[in-house]
Amino acid sequence: MTVQLDARPPVAPAPQRSPGRLSRLDTRYSPYLYVAPFFLIFGIFGAYPLAYTFWVSLHDWDLLGADHPFVGAENYTRLLADADFWHALVNTLGIFVISTVPQLLAALWLANLLNRGLRARTGWRMAVLVPNVTSTAAVAIVFGVLFGREFGMINWMLDLVGVDAIGWKSNRFASWVAISAMVDWRWTGYNALILLAAMQAIPRDLYEAAAIDGAGRARQFWSVTVPLLKPTIIFCTIIATIGGLQLFTEPRMFNSGTNPIRGGPLRESQTLTMYMFENAFAPHYNFGYGSAVAWLLFALIAIVAAVNVLLLRRLGGDRPQKGAAR
Amino acid sequence: MAVIPRRRLAAVALVAATALLVTAGCGGGDEPGDGPVTLTVDVFGQFGYEQLYQEYMTANPGVKVVERGTGTNLDEYSPKLTQWLAAGRGAGDVVAIEEGLLVEYKANPGNFVNLLDHGAADLKGNFLEWKWNAGLTADGKQLIGLGTDVGGIAMCYRKDLFQKAGLPTEREAVSKLWPTWPDYIATGEKFVAAKTGASFLDGATNTFNTILLQTAGNTSGYSYYDTSEKLVVDSNPAVRQAWDTTMDIVDSGLSGKYGSWSEEWVSAFKQSKFATIACPAWMTGVIEANAGTGAQDKWDIARVPGNGGNWGGSHLAVPKQSKHQAEAIKLAKFLTSAKGQIGAFKAKGPLPSSPQALDDPAITGATNAYFSGAPVGAIFGTGAKSLKPVYMGPKNQAVRTEVENAVRTVELGQRSPTQGWTDAVTNAKKAAAK
Repeated sequence: MTVQLDARPPVAPAPQRSPGRLSRLDTRYSPYLYVAPFFLIFGIFGAYPLAYTFWVSLHDWDLLGADHPFVGAENYTRLLADADFWHALVNTLGIFVISTVPQLLAALWLANLLNRGLRARTGWRMAVLVPNVTSTAAVAIVFGVLFGREFGMINWMLDLVGVDAIGWKSNRFASWVAISAMVDWRWTGYNALILLAAMQAIPRDLYEAAAIDGAGRARQFWSVTVPLLKPTIIFCTIIATIGGLQLFTEPRMFNSGTNPIRGGPLRESQTLTMYMFENAFAPHYNFGYGSAVAWLLFALIAIVAAVNVLLLRRLGGDRPQKGAAR
Repeated sequence: MAVIPRRRLAAVALVAATALLVTAGCGGGDEPGDGPVTLTVDVFGQFGYEQLYQEYMTANPGVKVVERGTGTNLDEYSPKLTQWLAAGRGAGDVVAIEEGLLVEYKANPGNFVNLLDHGAADLKGNFLEWKWNAGLTADGKQLIGLGTDVGGIAMCYRKDLFQKAGLPTEREAVSKLWPTWPDYIATGEKFVAAKTGASFLDGATNTFNTILLQTAGNTSGYSYYDTSEKLVVDSNPAVRQAWDTTMDIVDSGLSGKYGSWSEEWVSAFKQSKFATIACPAWMTGVIEANAGTGAQDKWDIARVPGNGGNWGGSHLAVPKQSKHQAEAIKLAKFLTSAKGQIGAFKAKGPLPSSPQALDDPAITGATNAYFSGAPVGAIFGTGAKSLKPVYMGPKNQAVRTEVENAVRTVELGQRSPTQGWTDAVTNAKKAAAK
């Protein structure tokens, strides 16, 4: 609010009006313009495929066929009674659990180590990210060879210590472990760096206070670091959930030979995305059924992510910051 | 309130502008023009066309030929081809279709150019009758593809390993070891007893397929589906017989259990881990590629146990989405001509489906230097004209996958032969219904 002290009229009121309107338009609409690219890209590559997949899942849709009769929820009812679908679901969850839990724990431990006064700290921090830079397919092929039944290095080393050869590809649990090893090798460092960044944001005085109260290193870690990392841990868990439940390249490349999409003769390591591919593309080309798998997978990810959030909220309930806001 | 429509207008304008940009970006395909035409040929495995492309390009200066997919597994190739066809873009101008998948593609003939509309009818005499017919739709009105090769079967074996086991190494003598499959098993037992450190055969699935197609060819003429397209996996004696013989092979401990086409299978070739492999004519190129120059002259080719048989073979088709249909049809005709088939045979071993080519001295007198100079022309070519085709049903590939995996579970000791058979039948029925 400016107060006019003299009687002179304001200088050039007219030219001021026009930029004023423009700038009003600018402040009002340009934010939409700035965020629009994301929503456009999301609309084209996210929302539209999502809706289209749902539309397809309501039809008997042969990939090459000319007619796609509407069948309503039939694909879904058939899918819920499909033993192979549930088998793939168990595989996916199994691999998810035995890869994600050790992965996040290892990442937390690694981040804690990197947070200390190490020599050549940046070097170490960069080094943990290196596996993530490698192409997934290359990792999967190398691991597939390492875990070979007869010519694999892992079985050769087991043999040295007197353990019998393990059929890494024909034993359900062994194949889960092998695939989890692949996933962890690739993602542990990435998560460690994210956790490290969050750790560095924790005020030093909290540790000092804890030390004065007589807390040792372990106690400080569990009572100060972990609770304060909760939002980051939730973030890492959700990202790992989405990645873990959509696991495709690792198990697909791990199984070489004829119809690798089955994940072994008894579908030992077939994940849901592989089952989706098997149905939507070769050898079944049943696009409608494959789309139904995709939608159930979407629902599953949403459920697991929600469960994650609830569980982690409860675990870290004694969070010092913003605790009262809830 | 006047703001809302304006806001809406802005959004609409933005969407429209972006949509315009996107469509403009997509529109820049290669339009047919006067310049040189590039023809893409999609194949899997080893078709042996490189020399022929060179020849064709020299004769047709305006055409450039590019091949994609050389050496890929059929399981990688076929989903890609189907996706390209479904999407209406992406497929090559000439595409190879394997016999087991031909029926599925023929069910939707609209994806392909009808070669009968382009003078292909005159070429009928250039192909074995059944090979020609396989390319026709059920009503006989559309020709989807021109035949490339047929899959006459022999038995490839390692001379060095046979010698180590005290077995004959000379191909005539080896052929005499196994007039029948039980004889083959008996030989295998002798081989295993000699403890060479190698298995007698690569894996049970290849052998199962060979026995099945041989038995089916010699009896009913169909395997998993009868000619009325009814699934007969549990009632066709040919399937059961092939299963039982394969189980005998597994029981006798002859199999190296290397899953066909897997990394281990390839390693086993390199490390000389098995002594025999059922080999359709096209397999000779695969063996050479996998075993490498180190195993040259160690391999040889004998007769297959039992009586003949046909496994595999392909057709070349032109998708309707091709922008250069006329040129593509011309190229497909050239590659499937007797001359083209002879060229492919010389390069990578696929056996011609053209009777003229089969009679040509270039084939009848052909030898394969890699396989100790084996007279491959005589081994595969003799009897090729009397090969009996096996009818493949609509979901042949899916059903075959299930049965082969059941074989594999028994081979790996995950299932008993009885359980394996139950699995095979149940899963095959389920796959056929999908």
